[in-house]
Formats: sequence, structure tokens, C-alpha cells
Amino acid sequence: MPFDDRPQRILLPVSVGYMVFTIVLALLFNQLPWRDVNGLPDVVALVLTFWCVHQPRKIGIGTAWALGLIIDAGNGALLGQHAFAYAVLAFAAITLHRRILWFSLWGQAVHVLVLLLASQLLVVAVRHIAGGEFPGFAYFAGSLIAAALWPAATFLLLFPQRRPVDVDQNRPI
Amino acid sequence: MDYQPPPFFSRGPAPLVRLAFFVSLAVLLMVLDARFRYADTLRQVIALVAYPLQRVSMAPVALFNAAADYFSDRAALTRENDALKSKQLQAATGLLTLEALAAENAQLRRLLEARERLPRKATFAEILYAGRDPFSRRIVIDKGSQSGIEAGQAVVDDVGVIGQVTRVNILLSEVTLMTDKEQMIPVQLLRNGLRAVAFGGGDGTLDLRFMAANADIQADDVLVTSGIDGTYPSGLPVATVARIERDSAYAFARITCVPTAGTDKYKQVLVLSREANLPPRPAEAEPATARPAKQKRTKRQE
Repeated sequence: MPFDDRPQRILLPVSVGYMVFTIVLALLFNQLPWRDVNGLPDVVALVLTFWCVHQPRKIGIGTAWALGLIIDAGNGALLGQHAFAYAVLAFAAITLHRRILWFSLWGQAVHVLVLLLASQLLVVAVRHIAGGEFPGFAYFAGSLIAAALWPAATFLLLFPQRRPVDVDQNRPI
Repeated sequence: MDYQPPPFFSRGPAPLVRLAFFVSLAVLLMVLDARFRYADTLRQVIALVAYPLQRVSMAPVALFNAAADYFSDRAALTRENDALKSKQLQAATGLLTLEALAAENAQLRRLLEARERLPRKATFAEILYAGRDPFSRRIVIDKGSQSGIEAGQAVVDDVGVIGQVTRVNILLSEVTLMTDKEQMIPVQLLRNGLRAVAFGGGDGTLDLRFMAANADIQADDVLVTSGIDGTYPSGLPVATVARIERDSAYAFARITCVPTAGTDKYKQVLVLSREANLPPRPAEAEPATARPAKQKRTKRQE
């Protein structure tokens, strides 16, 4: 891949409050009373991956683990299955964060797709050992959709960091 | 004399160490939850903390439903009213004879010195959402231990059995549908009284296992609960037989049934309390080499 010589934007420092806000919003989306969750994107995993790639010093494996525990307790799943998968997901994202950000948005999305699929596979494997039923391949479509949402997520989640430093009264935004 | 980097370079334990720590913690929790059921208190605490979050996420859906109700047109209401009226008329004739039959039944049971069946307490509950866990078949209802729900109670809707309460939180409880792979329900054929156990198929159907290949079962036979487990009251519709495969290579027939109740159609369910006057559990079968003192004690219990 040739060196990316397009102009790069210098971002403002991230606000931790905004990170918490987006994670809570993602949790709310996941907790909506869906009738069938097969093929539904796991937005919490997507937002978690995003912040692990962009702010690996602000968010870590412990946060991911706690988020997974909340999801498990709320859904009556095996306690710890998502905690396990999210901890591995966060570790992989933090390990790869220097590499991922060199790619274009769609290149990044492919990396994220692999990470999300791997975390879903972990959940399926754990449930298989615990005696659950196989949910069908539609379950993995959620990761495809989530990865396709990566460019949109990048736009939305980096939005506050792209504000101008000096607010021009004549040209707000 | 050890040289350490200045403290602003310190970032705590290495990521791999953290990963190992959290993964082993998660595995420990999973084993505790799946094998020993020790994690239920922790789960209740987390679920209670996450409860406001769930209620907030329920709000947009409730709002949408309320709006849809408001704008449901007059014609639909009239139609529903007519349907209900005719249904009530049909039910009324049945009800008239039922009262007489119930009185007669009570008298006969007293004659037979059988235990009188107490009417069960029923709690009305609403289905909040289908559990976000594609590996099992569960729904979450809006009544918990505060409303007197206990694990093990039967859950029915207006056409038949749905399943059983398997986990109770303070404000919510989880119902495992009878189509779940790990659920079983004792049933009886309505046509000839043949008893069987229906196992959840895991794909929205029920299986009657271990029925002899020549058992008297036909397609479209109706299965009702037999009530011998004390959990489900007897006579509730469970399923209809859909398909029977009799293969001479196997000792048992493969019988697939379709559940009567539709959990995706209705929002309201009834949670039935367990039967109050169950006989005590029989003592565990003693091995032949048990000490005589122990045997005496079990005899006295009987």
C-alpha cells in the first residue's frame, strides 16, 4: 500500500464524557426489545472496537469485560460469555490499533469485520460447550452489518473532535 | 540500584497480562454459572443496575405502540368487538355446563377421597421482550419476585402452555419456552389418554421421544398436559402432532409436534402458582448396603 499522503486532520482531544455517552447509547440500542436478534449488529461491540482503536489509553480490557457482563446479566445469557468475547475483542483491537488506522475507512472495516467475527465465534464456541443450540448462520450477518457501519461510526464518533479550535462567530460549525 | 522509567511512562500491567486476568475471570464466572448456579446473586445485582437502562430502551417502543393504538380505526375496533362477542357467546354455553361439572367432580373426588384440586393463583404479566440470546428460547416478563413469582411456575397464554419460569429477578423474570432444547413437559394424548413426555426441539417444535414405533399416535392428535409433574395443571393444550416417521430400523418413532400457543403473537401471559398440596417427595432409593439405622428413619418418614 503506498504511503497515504492525503492531508490528515489534526483532531481535538477526546472527551471521556462523550465516550461514555456513546457507549451508553450503544447499550440502549442493544437492549431495545428486538423480536429476533439473529443478524442484528452488535453496536456495543462496534463502539467498543472503535474506541479501542482510536483511544487505547482511555479504554481497556477491563471496561470491555464489565460491558460484556452487563449485556449477559440483562439478557439471561450465560454470565461471562460476552465478557470473555469483549475482553478478547478489546485486546485484539488495542494490539492492532497502530496498523488499522493506516488503512482507508473500508480497509479498516475489513479489519473490524475479522475482529467482530472472531468474537462471535468465541461466543458460539462457549455456548456450544455449555450446551446451547446453534443459532444458524444468520447470526454472523450481524458482524457484516456492523463492519459496514464502520465508516458511519467513524464519522459520528469523531464528530466532536473535528470541531474548529476557535469558534468563529460569523461561521458557526 | 534499580533504574526504573519515570512514572509518566508507566502504563500498568502489559495488555497480555490483563487479557489473561480478565479471560480467566470470565471463564471462572461461566463455570460458576453453568455448573454450580452460584452466580445468580451477582446476576441479580447487575440486572437490577441495568434495569433503568432497559426501561429507557423500552420507552420508544411503548410510545410507538401507544400511537398505533390511538390511531387504530373504528372499523378495526368494531370487528374486534364482534369477534369477542361471538367468542364469549360460545364460551358462555361451555361455562354453564362447566359449573355443574365442577360441582359434580368435587363431589366424586370427595367420594374417592382424592385430594381436591385447589384453584391455582394466577398472576397476569406482560412479555417485555424476547431474550437477546440466540442460543436458547427465552422471553422476559415484567413481574418478578416482588409480585410473588417463583422459579418453576408454569406460564400459559389464552390458548395453551408457553413454558416455565426459570429465573426470577426482583422486577423481571425469565421464562424458558417449552420449545427450548432443555425443556421437557409431561403430556397426554387427548384422544386416547396415552402419556408421554414432550422434549423441546430447539427449532420451534416439540419431539415425543421414546414412543414405541407402533404407539397409537396419529397426525393432528392434540396433546394436553397430564399434570403428573405438579408444575403444569392437567388438561392445558400443549401441541398438535404434525409428523410421524416410523422407521423399522429404530425402536422408537420420530414424532414432531407444533406448539399450540404462539409466543410471538400475544403480549399477555398468565403465571400459574404451583400446586399447594403436592405429596412430599419420596425418599431417595437407598442402596442395598445401607445401614439399618438409616433404613428405619426412611420408613418412619413414610
